Amino acid sequence: MSRGNSAIAVVALAIAAFLVVFLIVPIGTVIHTAFADGQGGYTFAHFVAFNEISLMRESFANSLFVAGMTVALASLIAVPLAYLTMRFEFRGALLIQTLGVLPLVMPAFVGAAAMQLLFGRSGSVNLLLNDTFGITLPLMSGLNGVVFVETLHYFPFILLNLSAALANIDSSMEEAAQNLGAHGWRLFRKVVFPLALPGYLAGASLVFIKVFDDLGTPLVLNVTNMLAPQAYLRVTSIGLEDPIGYVVCVILVLFSVAAMAGAWWFVRRRDYALVSRGGTRAPVRRLTAWQAALAYGWIGGVLLLVLSPHLGLLLMSLFKVWSFSVLPEHFTFDHYFTVFDDSARMIWNTFLYCGLAALVDVALGTAIAYIVLRTTLPGRQLLDHFVTVALAMPGLVLGIGYLRTFRGVELPGGEALTASWVIFVLAYAIRRLPYALRSCMAALTQVHPALEEAAQNLGAGRWRTVRRVVIPLMTGGILAGFVTSFITAAAEISETMLLTSRESLAPMSYGIYLYFQSIAGRGPGAALGVIAVVLVALGTYLSHRLVAANAQHRQGARE
Amino acid sequence: MNPVGLDIRNVALSFGDTPVLRDIELSVVPGEFFALLGPSGSGKSTLLRLIAGFNRHQRGEVLIGGRDVTGIPPWERNVGMVFQNYALWPHMTVAQNVAFGLEERRLAGADIRNKVAAVLELVGLADYATRRPGQLSGGQQQRVAIARTLAIEPQVLLLDEPLSNLDARLRVQTRKELVRLQRRLGITTIFVTHDQEEALTTCHRVAVMDQGVIQQVGAPMELFDHPVNRFVAQFVGTANLFSGTVRGEGGALRFASPQLGDIVLPAGLAAREGTGDLTFRPHAVRIGADDAPGLRLEGRVESAEFLGEFLRYELRVGESVIVADVPHARGRAPLELGSSVPLSVPTSEIRWVGSEP
Repeated sequence: MSRGNSAIAVVALAIAAFLVVFLIVPIGTVIHTAFADGQGGYTFAHFVAFNEISLMRESFANSLFVAGMTVALASLIAVPLAYLTMRFEFRGALLIQTLGVLPLVMPAFVGAAAMQLLFGRSGSVNLLLNDTFGITLPLMSGLNGVVFVETLHYFPFILLNLSAALANIDSSMEEAAQNLGAHGWRLFRKVVFPLALPGYLAGASLVFIKVFDDLGTPLVLNVTNMLAPQAYLRVTSIGLEDPIGYVVCVILVLFSVAAMAGAWWFVRRRDYALVSRGGTRAPVRRLTAWQAALAYGWIGGVLLLVLSPHLGLLLMSLFKVWSFSVLPEHFTFDHYFTVFDDSARMIWNTFLYCGLAALVDVALGTAIAYIVLRTTLPGRQLLDHFVTVALAMPGLVLGIGYLRTFRGVELPGGEALTASWVIFVLAYAIRRLPYALRSCMAALTQVHPALEEAAQNLGAGRWRTVRRVVIPLMTGGILAGFVTSFITAAAEISETMLLTSRESLAPMSYGIYLYFQSIAGRGPGAALGVIAVVLVALGTYLSHRLVAANAQHRQGARE
Repeated sequence: MNPVGLDIRNVALSFGDTPVLRDIELSVVPGEFFALLGPSGSGKSTLLRLIAGFNRHQRGEVLIGGRDVTGIPPWERNVGMVFQNYALWPHMTVAQNVAFGLEERRLAGADIRNKVAAVLELVGLADYATRRPGQLSGGQQQRVAIARTLAIEPQVLLLDEPLSNLDARLRVQTRKELVRLQRRLGITTIFVTHDQEEALTTCHRVAVMDQGVIQQVGAPMELFDHPVNRFVAQFVGTANLFSGTVRGEGGALRFASPQLGDIVLPAGLAAREGTGDLTFRPHAVRIGADDAPGLRLEGRVESAEFLGEFLRYELRVGESVIVADVPHARGRAPLELGSSVPLSVPTSEIRWVGSEP
């Protein structure tokens, strides 16, 4: 037993060392640089300097405004959608729930270009409005555009979390309120929504963080007076020595951590354990005719809006010309041929980086899950805490941290680490590890310890038990973790933009960004976007099939 | 508020094609403590939820205080329901939970505070007003749930298995408190339970339900002593039951059943010719020679369980097994397994339940 334990301690230490080197140290470096005075001491001078630059103050206010507005507007879309689909008899609920996956598989900025063409100053909608009413709406100008794009992109995070929370509320909780005289809006406001608040807050804080840290969307929309673009521009134009970029990073980190901790603290303060006690789901109610008309009309409108970037992208990729016209003209497949000629390398890069990163993630995830849940190693919770840190870290910050920490570090063979493809794998693996770990933890929790004890009772040692019993039983969760890591890494853009030192290293997400830099590149960029979405959708579908087949197989074995 | 009565007339309800309640006729008098007793799936909870307005019946009418409430939504019925899991809202304190219904009725703030204080006092939780439900024990949570319901001064109080989430010791104590509270307030109360002991000990009258049909309505002793059918005899208490045919022969009645064979019934037993069930309680079986008029049989001891107050024997008689409870006296040794003993059941303890024609 003690031999097994010391081997586990070695593995745990190796994982901890990996996390320290590639997560804690880079972040520490960023924070250190923001406070370092250059002579080995610490100073707030950089923060004072930051505050003296009016562009920085403006960027800070803009970032707060955009993130806050996005949360508000996304709530406006997501809360009624969640309530309607979870509590009323509703056709198309599945479609709406499926929308939830989209923001995970596509960076927000990909839709931005299509939305320019649809909602921009001379986009389809404004052309129509101008022709009919003689007015135009500044939907895509400046910060409005960022808020608009981010809202449509990220509202599913609130929708999914809130829906899950609503599904978990025992029906008696609402019936008790009805029995005591509440109904309609008051029932929702006083009982239903407060009970679902943990889910709402989880979603809302996630949206806030994502928008606050997003780099791609503002840049594609040519908005640079926000925090993330400023950090990027300072670091890429002035250089890695400029302290202001690090000050911005520290602010991004602070807000991320505060948003997550705030949501967590708020939910912790109240005891929600009672909510899902009985386990009867709230019954779905039937809508009256006019309610149904209203609901379907409203949801149809929202769906049209939400799907418009994707439809726009598809149109962009299939037509030659689309400017100053309501609809595009001249159908063509040329953009796709261009992409296959030019960008096969990018597609390959995405598969290489994300595949390897996802492999690293499930290996680490399985090991950490096992160490945390199945051993008594002192300090094992620390591993879990480290990984949670990764969840709150903006990609931009980690990217800058890597560039700063590992500059000058050479791989065997003489290539600089920060200029090689290895850095992508490391960065993606670290950022997506929380997703894989969550999957692995959930899978291992479902394996009853008695199954392992039975194997050990029959003579299997610890490693053989893990290999022959634990891992086979965790297969579904490990696979799901792999796919989640893979597709979310493929959609990563902030880190990617910082780490791409030359075009041959670029993955698809950066390729799309590059294409969108020029008017002529829109078509191929859109084509590459469509390919990315299709590949990811295929991958997701296949993994669902695999997981389902695996579950069925296990079900059969149990009977 | 004067207590009101509850009348259910000819009510039928089905979920899709599955009938859940059939021909329900029920009349609960004002101030009565009334139980709906039945196994799970018998429709008792469905009936309770129907009274609260959470289920819609397809036929018949439900009258509360003489007023037909069909079509009135739950929030306008003023029928207080205590849920099986209490359904206390974790985001509100005890006082906020109790105040909820009063706020919905748009009472003034001072009135609400007074009523909340009074009703918490009534259930003995005056000191817990600022706690959250999660900080209370199961028994305290249950009392908050009752207080929350009583606060709105409902016309009828509905209790859905209110004791099932408590541990055994607390259950007996809470049961007594519930009876005391109901007697004191005099509120018409309907109590759903699958536990016959709860129903028999607390309620004025009990309706026994099975398969969506009310099998019998009566006072606890009446149900126990005069079950109208096989189901009630078996569900309320334990029963020895034998299906067979009664026929007259030479002035005496004979009972023929596959289990007991053909036996002569004691004179004076209220039985009619026809098919049906012969039933008697385990505690009515006497072991040993007995001269009193009654049924006489011979049984072989198959098993003996010592339950403290009494011994429960299983005795083989012909093809069947008769359960007999014999009070235990200190130092008395149990009967030997395999030994044969004479059995008797006094005529007054035997009931003949004829099948409906």
